[in-house]
Amino acid sequence: MTLFAEYSQILFVLACCFGLFMAWGIGANDVSNAMGTSVGSRALTMKQAILIAMVFEFAGAYLAGGEVTETIRSGIVDVSVMEHHPDLFVFGMLASLLAAGTWLFIASILGWPVSTTHSIVGAIIGFAAVGISVDAVQWDQVWGIVGSWVTSPLVAGIMSFWIFRSVQHLILDTDDPFANAKRYIPFYMFAVGFFLSMVTILKGLKYILKEHQIDFSFLQAIGIAAIIGLIVAGIGIFLLSRITQDKTADKGNRFSSVERVFGVLMIFTACSMAFAHGSNDVANAVGPMAAVISVINTGTVGAKAAVAPWILLLGGVGIVVGLATYGYKVMITIGKRITELTPSRGFAAEMAAAATVVIASGIGLPISTTHTLVGAVLGVGLARGIGALNLSVIGGIFASWIITLPAGAGLSILFFYFFKGVFG
Amino acid sequence: MPFANLSNLFGRSPIKPMQEHMAVAVKAATELVSFFDAITRNDWETASNIQQGIVRYENDADEIKKQLRLHLPKSLFLPVPRGDILELLTTQDRIANRAKDIAGIIMGRKMAIPTSMQTQMLDFVRSSVAAAEQALIAINELDELLETGFSGRELTVVEKMIQELDELEEKADKLEIGVRTSLFSLEAQLPPVDVMFLYNIIDWIGDLADRAHNVGGRLQLLLAH
Repeated sequence: MTLFAEYSQILFVLACCFGLFMAWGIGANDVSNAMGTSVGSRALTMKQAILIAMVFEFAGAYLAGGEVTETIRSGIVDVSVMEHHPDLFVFGMLASLLAAGTWLFIASILGWPVSTTHSIVGAIIGFAAVGISVDAVQWDQVWGIVGSWVTSPLVAGIMSFWIFRSVQHLILDTDDPFANAKRYIPFYMFAVGFFLSMVTILKGLKYILKEHQIDFSFLQAIGIAAIIGLIVAGIGIFLLSRITQDKTADKGNRFSSVERVFGVLMIFTACSMAFAHGSNDVANAVGPMAAVISVINTGTVGAKAAVAPWILLLGGVGIVVGLATYGYKVMITIGKRITELTPSRGFAAEMAAAATVVIASGIGLPISTTHTLVGAVLGVGLARGIGALNLSVIGGIFASWIITLPAGAGLSILFFYFFKGVFG
Repeated sequence: MPFANLSNLFGRSPIKPMQEHMAVAVKAATELVSFFDAITRNDWETASNIQQGIVRYENDADEIKKQLRLHLPKSLFLPVPRGDILELLTTQDRIANRAKDIAGIIMGRKMAIPTSMQTQMLDFVRSSVAAAEQALIAINELDELLETGFSGRELTVVEKMIQELDELEEKADKLEIGVRTSLFSLEAQLPPVDVMFLYNIIDWIGDLADRAHNVGGRLQLLLAH
């Protein structure tokens, strides 16, 4: 292909730039939603939240982000149709990145609902369906993805409802909530550690392990996950031992000491939330980038080229930079405005959302972390745990689908023809 | 756009403002004890100061009530029915209103309580105010109720408080009968218009306990599911 001989370096640089731009946007906007609940319930200070977000977003992206990246790269566009047009595929993916990035930029200036996932998926469908042909889109896969946008908040909601119910039953509605909190909370910590490492080992890690030729059996995975879970619970028990009952604060509200115990648990769920977010959302930036780079390197649209770990790394760096340069401001705003969420609720919502997102990441479904978290919070609300919830937000979620998908698609079609004109 | 970030999901919880409102409303009622104390001592200056304080508390309660209503749109998803909360709010507010009425009419007419029934009257006022205070204690459990998701043994705790409130209201009722009997035996010696207004005042003081009792009832309805 003469195109790649001539322009391969420019295209490579463009892919990295656009990918980083997207990753930056995710770090600047999206992460604050994932971490805002922890800050709002005062389980974490702003500094701690940013630190946790940096470490665990990065870890999530690098360790568990492979599967979703693969979906974005080759799961929406039918690569067999694209085999003879690697150039169009490259233009399309570049256009999608630029379109999604631009749309996110416009939307955040206007203060509009933005989901990076919806923008990028809309953009990829747009260029493939209009720029190439309607058959170039793997519609059955796309419907699966769109369906997961509905199911993920539902699943998270059901999960958080039952998690919160179990908290009510085991801790809050007992004679000595404080003692029971200390007794049962390590189990929740273990569950968080076990579950996350389990999904990561079985699904996400395989891209990195393959490089080192390591392969875990299911039982080995359970063993390792259990050890990690125990370590997590151990750290938790140590932190819990430093919490003592505050009698004066308990006079105003008998549960204020108990909430402080939950605050410790929330440190762990905040980590898992950041990890989950990194594992799912980094793909939005990195998927198209990986697609472009693998075509440039091989000259063909290969379905099976594995995502190189350094690309995931780059995405993780982009998110952290976005968080450090702008995201922390958004986080401060959000954290200040979420005041009605106490740690015992926040943890249930975060735990359910993180679990849902990590499962989705394992299956390779790109979903919206924010919407999943909304579903989880509503689940706690249904268990009558939250003072007041604004249901108009649900309407906003639908609006965001209706606006963002066509906007992403339209912009990406525009950029697609632009690139085709310039390079083709 | 209704949905820019996650914080938009959280509305302003009515629970804390409900407790604040009740605290202010009951403060207006509590002031009545020192108010009656002052008028039995014929200290109209102090009484006037206290009365103005009561008016201020009543205004404050009105303001909290207004804000609460404004921030409780139908689209809000609450752990308890919205209608029940608004009803409870109205009932709470009526305590402050009655306290203001009582102090206002006594001040306006410079009404003197007949010496022979002064201690009885003070007892009666105290027991009515005690009912209001007990209602406040029950309302102050709202945040604990929210914590447990309006279920479980916290409900029993509140039930017990409401039961105590019932007993206080009954006691106030009994004292009211006593005060009325005393006034009846005195009424021939007093100016008829004064007697009329005294009966009115007794009625209203009894109302105070009644309204506190209603708060308990409303709270019970709120919790019954």
